[in-house]
Amino acid sequence: MKEKLNIILTGVGGQGVITAATLLGKAAVSAKINVIVSEVHGMAQRGGVVDCTVRMGKVHSPLLTKGSADVIISSEPVEALRQLEKTNKKTIVITDIKPVIPSTVAITGESYPKVEDITRELKNRCNLITIDALSLAEKAGNKVVKNVVLLGALSALNILPFSHDVLLKSILANIPEKYVSINKRAFELGRDAVIEQRKT
Amino acid sequence: MEIVEAKPGDTILLLGNEAITRGAIEAGVDFATTYPGTPSSEIADTFSAVAKYLRKEEKEVPFFFEYATNEKVALEIAAAASFSGLRALTCMKHVGLNVASDAFMTYMYVGCKGGHIIVTADDPYCHSSQNEQDNRYYALFGNAPMLEPSTPQEAKDMTIEGFKISEKLGLPILLRTTTRVSHIRGPVRIGKCRKTKGKGFFEKDPMLVTVPATARAKHPVLLKKMEKARELSEKSAFNKIVDNEGEIGIVASGISVSHSLEAIEILGLKADILKLGFTNPLPRKMCEQFLRDHENIVVVEELEPIVENQLKEIAFDAGIDVNIYGKTSGHFSKLYEYTPDIVVEQLAKILNIKNPIPEAKPSSLPIPSRPPVLCPGCPHRATYYAAKKAAPKGTIYPTDIGCYTLGKSPPLEMADVLLCMGSNAGIAGGLSKATDQKIISFMGDSTFFHAALPAIVDAVHHNHDCVMTVLDNRTTAMTGHQPHPGNAIDGMGKPAKALLVEDVVKGLGVEHVEVVDPKNLEETTKAFKRALEYKGPSVVVSKSPCILLELRDKQKRGEKINTYQIDQDACKRCNICISQFGCPAFYFAEDKSVHINEELCTGCGVCTQVCPFDAIKKKREVSL
Repeated sequence: MKEKLNIILTGVGGQGVITAATLLGKAAVSAKINVIVSEVHGMAQRGGVVDCTVRMGKVHSPLLTKGSADVIISSEPVEALRQLEKTNKKTIVITDIKPVIPSTVAITGESYPKVEDITRELKNRCNLITIDALSLAEKAGNKVVKNVVLLGALSALNILPFSHDVLLKSILANIPEKYVSINKRAFELGRDAVIEQRKT
Repeated sequence: MEIVEAKPGDTILLLGNEAITRGAIEAGVDFATTYPGTPSSEIADTFSAVAKYLRKEEKEVPFFFEYATNEKVALEIAAAASFSGLRALTCMKHVGLNVASDAFMTYMYVGCKGGHIIVTADDPYCHSSQNEQDNRYYALFGNAPMLEPSTPQEAKDMTIEGFKISEKLGLPILLRTTTRVSHIRGPVRIGKCRKTKGKGFFEKDPMLVTVPATARAKHPVLLKKMEKARELSEKSAFNKIVDNEGEIGIVASGISVSHSLEAIEILGLKADILKLGFTNPLPRKMCEQFLRDHENIVVVEELEPIVENQLKEIAFDAGIDVNIYGKTSGHFSKLYEYTPDIVVEQLAKILNIKNPIPEAKPSSLPIPSRPPVLCPGCPHRATYYAAKKAAPKGTIYPTDIGCYTLGKSPPLEMADVLLCMGSNAGIAGGLSKATDQKIISFMGDSTFFHAALPAIVDAVHHNHDCVMTVLDNRTTAMTGHQPHPGNAIDGMGKPAKALLVEDVVKGLGVEHVEVVDPKNLEETTKAFKRALEYKGPSVVVSKSPCILLELRDKQKRGEKINTYQIDQDACKRCNICISQFGCPAFYFAEDKSVHINEELCTGCGVCTQVCPFDAIKKKREVSL
């Protein structure tokens, strides 16, 4: 692997972003890779922005400097945009395409950009992979496993310092047994979606 | 449960806060107490989870744990354990130590017997707090030895070592974290657990009674103990110099250590680092040597220039000619959280070298804000809506600390003034005398027990003409649903006596008490009107469980919820549901028609009472 790997996981409170970051951190520990996960708690959970960083390898600070993200995994399109200052030309952004419109849009009249404008902006600035993670999660059996769909997608980039099997095993080891098959399916659907896209 | 089952020698991923709990358990902690508050909450929540897990497994819980009524009570209860020879830990957020400070300041004079760690979790940037006070001042103020971890591993190590230091000195010690230490996860090596004592014995000692003569005798003892503490600090492995044969010296503690190490690498600098972990008292000799060895020193510390000022004092006393860069030099701010970007930028400025971090190009598209809001189905929204309907124009709404502070945002705008836990009631009473305006104040149930009782007594005694509302959602919601004295179960999962808010206020002498279900808007509005008409202090207890808890319970029971939708033919687009009620499940489509996002709708149905045209109809039953 590179000396350092900088990943941002972002989304909206309730989308399982912190859980995904923790699962990724646990996978790193199981592979004996140094890791620091940073997360947001408290008020941000009430429908606010949630962003986590996962840094692996020879790292010290839990926070990323501008332009230093290797990968951004976003559960919501505008939240990927909000992380732009952390990206560079090489950054890979995987984002779900289904917007969660903040209530401020209806109440205070702020505008939510069109999804095609968001993807255009992200494409101009970095390497974009879009994924309909919510639909894939529903296909796997429950929309709550969207975060695991996205982890499956991440595993397909071959950028992690451990195999996708290590990540999947770590995920399955940390969830209740009755949810194992649905999470496994979610992971594979996310992974296959990215492999398929990267072929074309 | 990994944190319990992990074997000595294992490495597991732990949150900084979880690492503190694991450290305390390894050190054989007998007593743990808290009042929850971000960013400290997970320390106590982990004790609670461990206790419940062990009880479920029918194993002995080796410690006593409680969510106390407030931080002062938490500190006193744990101090009693320490006086009885037991090891104790009390954790709280930074402002919690203000509440506990009365006990804290004199506790330092009295000293402790069993090791006692007081965790203060500070919140630079006010991620979830009403101020960003620097609690390192409490260490100086109260003469408390202090440790500051920078990683989860250190958080665990310092907790274990902290008990030994505390016992060696006979002094409670502060373990100070910040949000960015409490809320990072990292690999932590698990160690063996020391056996707990279980029960202690309180030996009577007149020196425990701080009458003036005792206090005068105890103050010099405290100063002597702090001299001994300085010797421990000089020898502590938590204070060390990372010698890179650099020309510049960086002094840092806590998370600033991590940012500084990162910054040095980014800049390709050769710099020595004085890494401080035992930060009160500072290791004076070590600092003096570090100052002598460098012409230029940079102090990287968030918030107040506490280390910086002490270093200047050391340099002055020792006659050392050294440039000390930090806050007074104008490089580092006293505001907010630091980031590696900030440290790189200021180091580059001080050394007159190029900052290699590229300027960030903002998005060319406007990004809508996404502030935290009251959840869809939150009963507080219903209470606020009903109170607003009942209140005359110009009514003042003092508020308090909890989720309901989010009622400040449009369209509700039901929060006018806030200081601290419990302040709603005192401010309501004061405003009733200072103005002729009507007053309806709001507090949560946990906040009511925590700090509002004395102010309600005051309102009763002086007949303050105000309405005080207790938003009784049966939990301490904002910090993660911890139980409080109104619940029938305690933090260890044991049955507990549940106090009814209405009984308590009646007992305090409040004569006009209304108990309502806010999901009935009409009745709730009437109750607020009656309370406003009453001359004197009145209390409205608005009872409805936190929607997050209710949904969780429904999911467990396999119940479904009824979602709602808008009948577009009946909707007259008055938009009251958005412009006055403001449930986040509502949105405008591109043609400006109003819709309900089924994914967000929790089926509370309160909006059907808000719509004047009966346009909100049941959609269907869905599983959770």
